[in-house]
Amino acid sequence: MRITREQVEHVAMLARLELSGQEVGEYTRQLDAILEYAAVLEELKTEEIEPTAHVMPLMNVMREDSVRASLSQDQVLRNAPDAENGFFRVPKIV
Amino acid sequence: MDITARSAVELHTMLVEKEIQAQELTAACLEKIRTDDQEIRAFLTVTAEQALKQAAAVDQKIAAGEKIGLLAGIPMALKDNISTLGIRTTCASKILESYIPPYDATVAEQLAQAGSVLLGKLNMDEFAMGSSTENSGFGKTCNPWNRKHVPGGSSGGAAAAVAGDEVVFSLGSDTGGSIRQPASFCGVVGLKPTYGAVSRYGLIAYASSLDQIGPVTRTVADNAHVFNAIAGHDAKDSTSIAFDKPDYSQFLQREIKGLKIGVPREYLAEGIDPEVKRVIREAIQTYTDLGALVEECSLPHTKYALAAYYLIATAECSSNLARYDGVRYGLRAAEAEDILGMVKQTRARGFGAEVKRRIMLGTYALSSGYYDAYYLKALKVRTLIKQDFDQAFAQADVLLAPTAPTTAWAFGAKADPLSMYLADICTIPVNLAGIPAISLPGGLAGGLPVGIQLMAKPLAEGVLFQAAHAFEQATAFHTLKPAPTGGAL
Repeated sequence: MRITREQVEHVAMLARLELSGQEVGEYTRQLDAILEYAAVLEELKTEEIEPTAHVMPLMNVMREDSVRASLSQDQVLRNAPDAENGFFRVPKIV
Repeated sequence: MDITARSAVELHTMLVEKEIQAQELTAACLEKIRTDDQEIRAFLTVTAEQALKQAAAVDQKIAAGEKIGLLAGIPMALKDNISTLGIRTTCASKILESYIPPYDATVAEQLAQAGSVLLGKLNMDEFAMGSSTENSGFGKTCNPWNRKHVPGGSSGGAAAAVAGDEVVFSLGSDTGGSIRQPASFCGVVGLKPTYGAVSRYGLIAYASSLDQIGPVTRTVADNAHVFNAIAGHDAKDSTSIAFDKPDYSQFLQREIKGLKIGVPREYLAEGIDPEVKRVIREAIQTYTDLGALVEECSLPHTKYALAAYYLIATAECSSNLARYDGVRYGLRAAEAEDILGMVKQTRARGFGAEVKRRIMLGTYALSSGYYDAYYLKALKVRTLIKQDFDQAFAQADVLLAPTAPTTAWAFGAKADPLSMYLADICTIPVNLAGIPAISLPGGLAGGLPVGIQLMAKPLAEGVLFQAAHAFEQATAFHTLKPAPTGGAL
């Protein structure tokens, strides 16, 4: 096994996903199969190879720090599940 | 020929010559959607009223003797991960079921500027994660060629709507083949542009180092014209590249005599359907007859691409989709008492199984202790894959390969996630390398379309249009149409 039930539960917590017991079982089996397939990469020696995160040689794209139009508060809040007095409203945090 | 089946190039002439009105054309497409889309289900949202207004504006221009652009008055639709101001944009996900963007994607704005008429938003695999459109949160889309078969994915709605003559063209997005593979399955032309060639501002992100927007059309010429309208630098997208943009339609008439076409042998290895191999052999013959110089070549790291892709794409998706927390937009599980419970339940309820699976895999690949073994390893393999292409393009102008290992499969045939992932083996390396590629009709097998894929160097879309147009004109596979009943009976 490349991944255990306990690891899947831990990853679900990191990913902020509530999973049912059945889902944990299914994902353990499926992720294990996918990781087993991904083990093919171990065949390749890559110590000397630089990683490629991005294919284009773009670096630090900057723009002028100037004042410009943006969305209004009303537009920004229009899709909010809950809003009050110009704020996003959420369940109690502390 | 039915008016809705015509190309943008033909329709433009008809509009300018006043043989038809833009409003008539839009009404004909809306009627086609009304009758056929109940079964095909390519659309998630139809914007009939707004479309007729846009068409009327084009008619006014024509009546006033103003010059109109080639895409003016042409009916089209957008994959539902492309943001549209005031029009629901769902990514085919329950988590965004009622999300109405407060701004337009740059491509939506560009097409509106060009006068194209937006008929609505198209179905897809949820968050573009899938290869069959079966992962949509709002039902399946059928393949117009056989309604018991998938249209491919994730841009299944974009390909089916064009193949079914519901719109003249559409825009999809391609992260690992999501434009090219459905184009192959539905017998239409799909371009995955060079990474950075088309603005992604307003494209709802899946995997940011791979996602690209591109056109789906019925002819190569139409594809070049739509690409003309959407390609170019956009200051709103920091990954967009500045380059001298040619008029891509100029490439269409160029001869391909002497063009060097490489055929990577790894793309004709195990796992490729014999009928797909036959189509590639016939395409090689067609190109040879046209005077191209076709030679076998090798991309030795091809077999590692799929594994690298699924680690990189899922890692990026786990980060991108962290934003769906039930706070600023989208679904919220309102009954939870604390914030952590609210976020976890919102995501559990709002995301479908495949999206959760990819978030889990990506979170794992990035997590402490596994990052080097999986994510970093995959990025290094990506370097090797890119180098393969650099070496191949030192010899060849264009590479020819299958778009997909098979034709469209029947609904439910790939229930196991890994078997679905394997359907992307021919398209994924292109995304990892950031190069452009096009899929175009290469013939039929068992009554279903088979696409051929052409790949080129970064920003060499012109040579793709040149080679694709020559093939299209020599074979006329693009004129084959599905039976009106979809052949499923």
